Amino acid sequence: MQRTLLQLFYLLSAILFVLGLRGLSHPRSARRGMFLAELGMLLAIVGTLFHHEILSYRWIVGGLVLGTVIGAPLAIWIPMTAVPQRTALSHSFGALAAALVGISEYSRHGAQLGAGRVAVIGVEVMLGTLTFTGSLMAAGKLQGLIRGYPITYRGQNFGNLALLAGMVGLIVALAFMPGAGNAFYLMVALALVFGVLLILPIGAADMPVVIALLNSYAGLTDAAMGFMLDNKIQIITGSLDGSSGFILSILMCRAMNRSITNVLFGAFGKVQELPAGEEAKKPIRQTSVDEAAEVLGTARSIVFVPGYGMAVSQAQHRVRELADALKKKGVSVRYGIHAVAGRMPGHMNVLLAEANVPYDELYDMDQINPQFAETDVAVVVGANDVVNPAAKRERDSPIYGMPILEVERARVVIVCKRSLAPGFAGIDNELYYNENTLMLFGDAKDTMVKLATALKQ
Amino acid sequence: MIDPGLIADLYVFVLAGFLGYQVISRVSPLLHTPLMSATNAISGISLVGSLVVAGAGYNPLSTALGFIAVTASTVNVVGGFLITDRILKMFKASR
Repeated sequence: MQRTLLQLFYLLSAILFVLGLRGLSHPRSARRGMFLAELGMLLAIVGTLFHHEILSYRWIVGGLVLGTVIGAPLAIWIPMTAVPQRTALSHSFGALAAALVGISEYSRHGAQLGAGRVAVIGVEVMLGTLTFTGSLMAAGKLQGLIRGYPITYRGQNFGNLALLAGMVGLIVALAFMPGAGNAFYLMVALALVFGVLLILPIGAADMPVVIALLNSYAGLTDAAMGFMLDNKIQIITGSLDGSSGFILSILMCRAMNRSITNVLFGAFGKVQELPAGEEAKKPIRQTSVDEAAEVLGTARSIVFVPGYGMAVSQAQHRVRELADALKKKGVSVRYGIHAVAGRMPGHMNVLLAEANVPYDELYDMDQINPQFAETDVAVVVGANDVVNPAAKRERDSPIYGMPILEVERARVVIVCKRSLAPGFAGIDNELYYNENTLMLFGDAKDTMVKLATALKQ
Repeated sequence: MIDPGLIADLYVFVLAGFLGYQVISRVSPLLHTPLMSATNAISGISLVGSLVVAGAGYNPLSTALGFIAVTASTVNVVGGFLITDRILKMFKASR
């Protein structure tokens, strides 16, 4: 009776989770949706507390309190620029929980397990363990604790494949000899190492894909845990989570015109040495704050194109102040946002929303590109590769085929940039040498403040 | 030879995957970051498996592992929902 009741609780939770995610289809319904998901979680947890096997609540309460003490401050005080790191860390926590529960299952039953059960536990622990260290690595790269550029060495892909084959081999062996504890713990050790090695060759600019991919691994781990414990709510949630991460990785890859395998093994973002002396030949048009303010003040429509450089210099609030000053003069202001701008999917939207930019002024690439032709000024703040026309024209460019924001079709383009240094892809940007491009050098934040002041006079 | 329970679980897994694909495809690209933190939060459902391990008193090792698992999952549930709400609160329409 009690067990049936618990299953009904879980069913209700599953429905509430799906409705919660559905709410995210629009900012208006999103918070209500999340309230439903929170209710679903509460039901599942309270229901489980009455589980027939639970004898003592001492360690349960301890874990719940400690988890809240760690989780709540992390969520409440973390700056929005650090949300990608927090997300990666959260994948690693979830994966850790799954791996530990799997290890506990194996240590309790060991030799008595059937072939199928031990294989399920093996896969669950392998996924959980490699997602745990992989996500820690990703968080370290995003936080800057580990150097962001790709680390490669000879035989890297071969070595990783061999390691993967080794783990799978150990799981197969365990299916025949469930009692072989050494094989099990060796597999865990290999998975710990594998997670680290998997993230080494991936550069910081590819992090949006990697976070989404780790999200999908974390979901799969959760589903595997559901298979292990024969718990349907975990299978459903894991499957939802896994497909969410999978869809996001595909979207991010498409936004860079790269395949998943290329991201994982390509070591993109290594700085390529430009042939010396070439860049000095091409002329650029440098402009001053006063001239740029004049151009902006006389425009009718302006599109801001922010990139991660804006977030690095925390310029989003100053950009919004400049936009406010322009709107006061009757200028129409919009923002064009590339899917891979920032360090995780949708990151740039969050940073701008935090700076009080209304969400109806934020446009994604497909929405804004047809409108550049009727735009007077496109202002590029801290974006580089995502506005490089070489992606459309130069077949031998590393970013060839990547869909870009077509700012060069605006009447005037103002590029706010620290220097002419190349972006993450390590390549020169043709946009800077165009006839209608004005280069405004300086720190993004400073420049925005100066422009806004000049406009108010 | 294959456990019928496992087959039922596979059904659930595959169908939930299709459902997820449909639901997530409709999520606004504006909200992809809160989508990730929301799925983080609900993936904290691994808490339900961890709770039993921490409280059933199987043996000291299992209890210790269960305790860590409960802690880690709770971080995700509490932190995930709090930060998702914090992010969603920032999305405002123009006046």
